[in-house]
This record gives sequence, structure tokens and C-alpha cells, in this order.
Amino acid sequence: MNGARGQRRLIGVVLLLVAACALPFLIGSNYRVFQMTLVLAYAIALLGLNMLTGYNGQISLGHGAFYAIGAYSAAIMMDKLGVPYWATIPVAGALCFVAGFLFGLPALRLEGLYLALATFALGVAMPQILKHEALARWTGGSQGIVIVKPDAPAWSGLSQDQWLYFFTLAWVVVFFVLGWNLLRGRIGRAMVAIRDQPIAAQAMGVNTSLVKSLTFGVSALYTGAAGALGAIAVQFVAPDSFDIFLSITLLVGVVIGGLASISGAFFGALFIQFIPNIADQISKAAPWAIYGVVLIAFMYLMPSGVVGLLRLLQARWARRRKSVRATDPSSPVTQRSET
Amino acid sequence: MDQFLHQVLSGLATGGIYASVALALVMIYQATHLVNFAQGQMAMFTTYLAWALLQAGVPYWGAFAITVVGAFVLGVAIERIVIRPVENAPILAVVIVFIALLVIFNSVAGWIFSYTIKPFPSPFPKEPLFGNSYVSSHELGSTAITLVVLLLLFAFFRFTPLGLAMRAAAQNPVSSRLVGIRVGWMLALGWGLAAAIGAIAGMMVAPTVFLEPNMMGGILLYAFAGALLGGIDSPGGAVLGGFIVGVLENVVGAYVGTELKLTLALVVIIGVLVVRPSGMLGKVHVVRV
Amino acid sequence: MSAPPVPLLDVRGLAAQYGATRVLHGIDFAVAEGGITTILGANGAGKTTTLRAVCNMIRTSGEVRLAGARIDGQATETIVRQGVAHVPDGRGTFMNLSVEENLRVGAHSRRDRAEVGADFERMYAHFPRLKERRRQQAGTLSGGEQQMLAVSRALMLRPRLLLLDEPSFGLAPLIVQQLFGILRAINESEKIGMLLVEQNAAMALALADQAYLLETGRVVMSGPAEKIRNDESVRRSYLGY
Repeated sequence: MNGARGQRRLIGVVLLLVAACALPFLIGSNYRVFQMTLVLAYAIALLGLNMLTGYNGQISLGHGAFYAIGAYSAAIMMDKLGVPYWATIPVAGALCFVAGFLFGLPALRLEGLYLALATFALGVAMPQILKHEALARWTGGSQGIVIVKPDAPAWSGLSQDQWLYFFTLAWVVVFFVLGWNLLRGRIGRAMVAIRDQPIAAQAMGVNTSLVKSLTFGVSALYTGAAGALGAIAVQFVAPDSFDIFLSITLLVGVVIGGLASISGAFFGALFIQFIPNIADQISKAAPWAIYGVVLIAFMYLMPSGVVGLLRLLQARWARRRKSVRATDPSSPVTQRSET
Repeated sequence: MDQFLHQVLSGLATGGIYASVALALVMIYQATHLVNFAQGQMAMFTTYLAWALLQAGVPYWGAFAITVVGAFVLGVAIERIVIRPVENAPILAVVIVFIALLVIFNSVAGWIFSYTIKPFPSPFPKEPLFGNSYVSSHELGSTAITLVVLLLLFAFFRFTPLGLAMRAAAQNPVSSRLVGIRVGWMLALGWGLAAAIGAIAGMMVAPTVFLEPNMMGGILLYAFAGALLGGIDSPGGAVLGGFIVGVLENVVGAYVGTELKLTLALVVIIGVLVVRPSGMLGKVHVVRV
Repeated sequence: MSAPPVPLLDVRGLAAQYGATRVLHGIDFAVAEGGITTILGANGAGKTTTLRAVCNMIRTSGEVRLAGARIDGQATETIVRQGVAHVPDGRGTFMNLSVEENLRVGAHSRRDRAEVGADFERMYAHFPRLKERRRQQAGTLSGGEQQMLAVSRALMLRPRLLLLDEPSFGLAPLIVQQLFGILRAINESEKIGMLLVEQNAAMALALADQAYLLETGRVVMSGPAEKIRNDESVRRSYLGY
């Protein structure tokens, strides 16, 4: 991080964190806290998907499957294996990393549309796989698994929902810091290079196959961990909650929030959590139709997502400031350029 | 052996449906390099319109004709009104718009017609032809209809000036403008035709799977699999792929069990993409570095 | 005293840009009825951009008149339908259509079916190679053959004005001579006006009546082709020969 801009960013992030910590006490209702916990979980999932789609240019219409694997892993561990809830997150993440990496291997050779189709098939098939009787012993078949809600530790004085919120928030911080580090490091740059100029990247010595598979793996890790967190909050996993619409919803979240942006994950998460509720309030009969119309409107108005729009506005404001400064004789005309 | 023959013929009948939807997908893909994820929902919606006409007492073939024309108009309208504004937007934005259409059609159908399953009549007699035990009249009839549709389309694209213009516009929009082709309208026509095909497919499949808002979900997936298997940029390939997938689904379903049918589609899709992404009849794309 | 004849193509203050980069800075030129005008210049001078601007394929401003009527601002396909055929750089061949289909699609906007049939024969007479290969996929033709196909396709429109973008590019000199000979013949017999953009100045000046020299988006010289061809200093400094 360099200079004034970096400092401003850091201050912004700290302020946001403080606000996030204060949130559950300001909202009051336990249900709303639960909804915000889901928003946090979705944000992690969206960051994962954004790494794959936004930064690495691989479209996935099947990330709901990884969310499902993470959720079911957590549920099975807690329900059948007696693993404490806090230990399930890293395990779910690791499992999904392996699953994602393995899926990423054959998917390597697929571009754009073909990859979208392969992942779409994965997303559609997942509920069927989860319901299959061969696995029913573990997955509970069509009935799914009920999870016992973890209690908040006595010293915290928090309600269960509040405790889960902070638990999830802690993971958000961990994952976002790790993600931010990854994306601005060598691997992150390799990811973007592969997205923009795959042949040139390869010619410059980037191990394209390895990076792409790794990206798939990491992206699945994030989404799986999010699934685990989500499952604990919801206390229930069932095959039909992880259908193709979940995968679609995740992609929607990424695009609405803004591709190739870390902060976009939060805007996207807020959108996918609350807009369906609002749509429901506008029209009980056809809420998804309203949702669809809102989606189209967003794509007409801000095809680059919320973050894209914000960046555009920021650039315009910066240009205006620059021209004002340039015409003001008392201000220094030469200044460090704002990129 | 008897059973097997029955499965194969049955599979060809469903394969005809997959072939039609696959063709509709390929048509739009060729023109836009995008897959219309909303294809299935549009087909379902137009089938509901046919159902409404039938409920109102319109005779079957009259309702059929009106629905096909109506679907065509709907397809053209969607392209001109919804898709055109995002023509030049980033690809993911267009994917989201397709998804939005999918969701809107699904929801509106459920809202207007409710989610309860409805029976849909078949225009073909209940008794099998010549009393045979291999294939029902509906399966035979729907296969015949899909074949007729496919042949008509082939003739249209190959032998008519408009069909030529549409092919040209899909291949090379810039050069097409330079010979005076109104590329935008060619695209709209493509959507109209795809929607009409979808309506026919929907009306042929509804008697078997019953009419409900999610009826086309599995079919769309199989149509994808068929289009990929045959070659996503080859109309002939899409048709061939559709038939093959139909037979495969039936045969495998009979011998392995029906719960994993969708998983089969997944396996086919992954398999094709790993072994030969361009499909059986598609062109292998050599990327010049 | 009679009024001067209305030029077939009259362009004033044509400016064009790609995105934020301005490539043409307000140029004027004209093509006489039945005449041949050539625009010369080095790579990057803006020659291809000029033709694209006439057809409104890129962002332009300025006035473009076809036989007196304004056509600037109209959609490309509308301009084409008024009789402007454009042979683009790279030829714009429909690779996956057959040779015959390429020609047929060139006549797409015409209504006179019988005449179209006759025109097929005329094109085959000009370019027998195309007749030999008519059922072949156009993508399998050689560069020279594709150029002939591109010119024929444009002529199938029965245009009033033919725009040609570097027709000599990548062709053997003998083929270029053949092609230019045919262009001259067509111009004389059918009175089709031509706007020819070329890097091969010698051949272009031999064919054209009027010439314009373009340098980084501005006209630096113009006049009868004969005069420019005979002006040694111009040839040396601008045309390199």
C-alpha cells in the first residue's frame, strides 16, 4: 500500500469493520442479524466466484454445487461425526478445494461458453446426486439434515444469532485479507494475465494450466467455506436448496457487485439476500418476475456492476477536481497522478 | 430384445424433441456466440398459451398454428426490445439478461397458470399404429413432426434468399451490412424461429411429461448435451446429437435407473468437452497464435 | 453557361475517430459521375478509415452526398442499398458460404431476379476462375481469387459507386494488372463510379482520373491523376518512386 490513497483505503476498511461490529446491536431483531450473517457468508462465496470469473475469466454456472458440498460437509461432520461447528469451516474449505481443483483439471481446456455449459450441468445435477439413495445414509436423502444451532459461549453475553454473526464476520476478515493478498501477488497477476492475454501469458512462462486449476480450487474453497457458514446459520441442509438457481444467484451477485473487485462481493451479497425479499413484497404472485426485471434494469444501467458504476463516478469526480486545480493559479499543477 | 427396441424407438421420439431444442440453441449461438439459457422457459410459456387456447375451445391444430406464430412474434419482440440494448455490453451482462428472462418466464407462467401440473392433449390417437408394441402413436407422430420441422428449416436456410441472408449475417455481420443485409432484423428473425421451434417442442413433449413451469428444465439440459455432442456450431450436428442423447437417455435409464438421468447428461457434457469440444460434426477451431 | 455536373460522391469536412482517437481531420474529396478517384497514402494515413467513414461504419462527422443527396448518418445497410458497394480491406469473404452463395448474397437487396441471373454470367465471364470454383467453399480460395470474388460480389449489387480498399494487397503483380484491367473495362462499359484506396500508387494513378494524397488524416495534395503521376517531386516525396 502506498501513499495517501492507501492510507485512505485502510481507514475506510477499519471504519467499515467497526460499523460491521456495531451492526448486530443496532438492528435489534434476531432475524435481521441472521439475514446479515447470510449476507456475510454470501460475500465470501461471491469473492470466491469473483476470483474465478472476474479475475481469471472463467465463467462458472455451477458454483452452487461447491456451496452445497461445503454445506453438506459441515452438516455431516456436525450431525454424524460430532465435530464442533468451528472446526467444520476449514475442513469444508479444504474438501471443496480438492473438489474444485479436480473439476478444474478437465475444465482447463474449455473456454467461455463451453465451461459455462459444463458448470451449468454440474449445477443442475447436484440436487439429484444429493438425493441419490447410495449416499442417503450420509446425506439424509431428500429429507436432508437438521443441524443443532451452536450456543454462544457464556463469557460473550451474546445471543446465538449474534454470536454466529461475529463468528462469520471473523471468517470474512480472514478470507478477505487472504484473498486480497493473493490477488495482488504474483498468482493474482498471473490470473489476470491469463484472463486478458492467455497466449502471451503462456509465452512469458506462466504455467497456465496450474494457475487455472488452482484458481478453480481456491474459488471452490471460498464458496464451500461460505456454504458451511451458511448451513450453520440456517441449521438445515436439503438437496433442493442447492439447485441451479443457487448457482445462478451467485453469478448474479458477482455481476451486480462488479467483476474483478473485492468490495463488489458485499454489494452483490446484499443484492442477492434482500432484493428477492423486496420483490416478494412488491408482488406476492410473481416475485421472481420482479427480480428478473430488476436484473435487466441493472444490466442496462450498470453493466459493470455497482463497483463499476462507483469507479466511473469516482473517475469523473477526480477529473473535475483536476481541472479545477489546474485552473486555480495558487494550487500546484503538478501532482502525483491518481490511478 | 423387444424391450431394447422399444427403448430405442422411444428414445428417438424424445431425441426428436432434444434435436429441435438443440437446433434452436445452435441457431442463436451461430448468430450471437451466446447460448440462450431462457430457451426452455420460453418454450414452456408458449406451450401454456396453447393450453389456454385449447381450454377456450380452439381445435388442436388451430391452437398449434396460432401458438407457433405467436411464439415467433414473441421471439422477435424479445430480441428487439430486451436483447438489443445490451448487444454491446460485456458478455456476462448479456448472460445475466438471459437468466433474467428465464426467471421472468418461469415466474409469470406460474403466476398466470399456477404451479399445479396440467395434462396436455396429444393430437395423435391413443392406440398404437398397427397395434405394434414398440412405439406409441404419439411418439411416432411427434418424431414425424420434428423431422418435418427440421427438414423445412434446412430447406429454408439452404434454398431461400432470406435463409441465405440469415446465414451470412450470423457468420459475418460486417460483410453482411456491406451487401445491404439488415443484420439486426436477421438476428430478430433467428430468435423468432428459435422460439417457434421451442413452442413446437414444448407442445410435443407436454403430453408425456405434463405441463408445469419446470417441465423444460431437464429437456434443456439434454438439448445442450445433444448440441455439444453434435457440435455447437453445426445445425446438422445438433440434430444428430439430440437424437443420440435421446436414445442414450432412454437406454441407460432403462438399464441403470432413472434417478441419475440428469447426471448422465452431465457426464455426456463433460465427456464431450474433454474428448472433443467441437463435437462430432463441429469444426475444430484452430487458434492462430 | 450550364451548372457544373453533380458529382457522384461529394465529401466535405469528413472527420472520423476510433473511440477517442481522431483519425481523419476534416477532409474533402469527390468522385465524378462515371469517374475514378484514388486516395493514396502510406500505412496509417487514414485511407481505410475514409472508406469506412463514407459507409458510416465508424463514428464520423461531416457531409457525405451521393448524387446530391445526403447519406451521412444513415445506417451502413441503408447506404449500401442506395447503390454504394464496398470491397473492404481483408476482402470480407463469407468463408463458410460457397462462391456462388457469396455472389448471390451480394445481390441480396435487388428485386430484379432475371437480371441477377444475367449478372452471374457476366461475373463468370470476367473471372472464369470463379465459375470453375462456384460450388467450393469461399474460404478455400487463394488470395487473388478471393479478391476477384469480393469485387464480383460488390458488382452484383449493380452499384452506382464502387469503393475499393487496397484491392492490390497481397496479390501478385500480374493478377493486379488483370484486376485493374477489368476494373477499367467495367468503368468504361457500365459507367460505374469508383473510389479506389491504394498503397500501390503507380497502378492506382494509371487507372484513376482524380487523385488525393492523404497524410495522417489530412489531404496534402489533390488534382488530376495524370498531373500527379508526371510530377517527379511529388512522386519522390510522397509516393516513394
